[in-house]
Amino acid sequence: MAMYALRRILQMIPLLLLISLVIFGLTALQPGDPVDQLIFGNPRITPEDIARLREAYGLNTPWPERYWTWLLRAFHGEFGYSRDFGIPATQFIFTQRLPNTLLLTIPALVISTLIAVPLGIYSAIRQYTFMDYVLTFFSFVAFSAPVFWIGVMALYLFAVLLPQATNGAISLPPGGLGSLSPEDGFWPFWLDRLKYLIMPLSILMFREIAVTMRFMRSSFLEVIGQDFVRTAKAKGLPNRSVLFKHALRNALIPIVTILGLSIPGLFGGAVLTETVFSWPGMGRALIDSLVSKDFNVVMLCLMLLAILTVVFQLIADLAYALVDPRIRYS
Amino acid sequence: MTTTAPAPPAVKSYSALQMSMRRLVRHKAAMISLAFIVLVLLTAIFAPLIAPHDPNAQDLGGFFAPPSASYPLGQDELGRDLLSRIFYGGRISLVVGFSVAIISVLVGTLVGLMAGYFGGLTDSAISRFIEFMLSLPTLPLQLTISGLFAASDAPFIANLRQNLGSSASVVIIITIFSVFGWMGTARLVRGEVLRLKNLEYVDAARALGANNNRVMWRHLAPNMLGIIVVSATIDIAGAILGEAALSFLGFGIQPPVSTWGNMLSNAQEVVLSYPWLPFYPGLMILFTVLAFNFLGDGLRDAFDPKGRR
Repeated sequence: MAMYALRRILQMIPLLLLISLVIFGLTALQPGDPVDQLIFGNPRITPEDIARLREAYGLNTPWPERYWTWLLRAFHGEFGYSRDFGIPATQFIFTQRLPNTLLLTIPALVISTLIAVPLGIYSAIRQYTFMDYVLTFFSFVAFSAPVFWIGVMALYLFAVLLPQATNGAISLPPGGLGSLSPEDGFWPFWLDRLKYLIMPLSILMFREIAVTMRFMRSSFLEVIGQDFVRTAKAKGLPNRSVLFKHALRNALIPIVTILGLSIPGLFGGAVLTETVFSWPGMGRALIDSLVSKDFNVVMLCLMLLAILTVVFQLIADLAYALVDPRIRYS
Repeated sequence: MTTTAPAPPAVKSYSALQMSMRRLVRHKAAMISLAFIVLVLLTAIFAPLIAPHDPNAQDLGGFFAPPSASYPLGQDELGRDLLSRIFYGGRISLVVGFSVAIISVLVGTLVGLMAGYFGGLTDSAISRFIEFMLSLPTLPLQLTISGLFAASDAPFIANLRQNLGSSASVVIIITIFSVFGWMGTARLVRGEVLRLKNLEYVDAARALGANNNRVMWRHLAPNMLGIIVVSATIDIAGAILGEAALSFLGFGIQPPVSTWGNMLSNAQEVVLSYPWLPFYPGLMILFTVLAFNFLGDGLRDAFDPKGRR
């Protein structure tokens, strides 16, 4: 298993190389270069200065050579400075942005699974009943809705309409990470944070719940049609123990795969959710730095998002081996 | 002496396709969806005839005007008519959806056929590549690539911009989504080929001298028409959603071309004061995508040989 994990981590290398090469190549196609932006609005700079700057930053060399330099530095954990913030890109992302993205994505993944699995089982046991149709319809809507639009509409509902209607009794903040001056102490701080987290988190979980629920339903239906379930029933085991001991364990196995496959969508959803709710995470950083052409941050964000995607998928794979004793990675 | 052959019993027979169509017609959600899709297609095609206003005409007195008699859905930040923009926006959203689906399905079918049919090294190479593509952070990459292309002055992009004007971003978006969109179909087709390729009729075709190409395209592909059509329907839904997401973030199709997606850009700022502005375009996306997904579901049931409902 350790060997398998190691191999998967090594497979990340070509992935990161390809992404960085493509994105670096594309940034080289941009009009202007970092020096143009550095000298912008500085009337006293001379052409000699500009030439010296270009020389100093190595901008006269062809881009493959610059990519190689970038790669060597990146390998040592140096991703350059963020021009917008004037601090190393790694410091900006790791201390200010990455924790916020993880605060959003990890609970979203865990809570949505905890909600979706029971719903899927319920839907399967009560196949073709009214509730099953309701849940099926809900999941179709969740697949089909632009999640960011649901978020925008929730924003209107909970930050404008309901506060007006209830005189502020029901009210959620329209965005941001937390109050500017939260009360002191552990509980007041996290309660305040929770108020800001609740809408982005729910919106991010919306689609996840629908996907996992549908797969849980079909997986459970498939398992309870199998011979060993009939045998367990024929032995006279109570229905409850057949369903929740024999069937459930087997039905859970494919869910782990689905979780792994839904990870890229989770981070994509995080980009959208962070934008809707002005949540200062990595997705937001990627977009802002792309607009302001702060390419050091763009590169770092994409590398990290790719690494996170693969690592989360790897965790799902390893969990697969834990729930299914027949799987042996070697 | 002449004898007439006994008349065959009067049993009407149906081809597999006819039976599938009969099952589809009985699928209520799919039929309602199909009707809705046709309606949206008609409003998109005949937008110039039915739109009450020019979608790009600005009305200086009507910034953010709420719905009124002559502007049924209200006016946007430049006083443009929301309803007309929705009709015209549908054109682009549907063109993107259909183009991406057709390209993805063609590429996916070709790749899936090759992987499943040839097996061995071809299969493992293709399968590894599909896994690789599926582990990419899709949306962040798509938006970065789209953003960088849009600002680029590389010769081929400049050419594109010169020839197509403001529609260049439509072509860029279709290309990007197609590159990231073929894997689902490829996997499905590969699985189906593995199931079909050892059946007797394929052996028979080969025994009659059919070469690989003929077996793949004349004997295997037609048998997979069902799953390919389902896959295309789902892909249309996905591409419309994807375009909307990218345009919402500002890296999709660029104004003045209107799409349902870029009518939602800055929606989170506008919604607090003018909620109808993001409401209607989003609703169109939701209904249209929902309709394609329901239709896909109905088609799946209809083409499923086990389904005899």
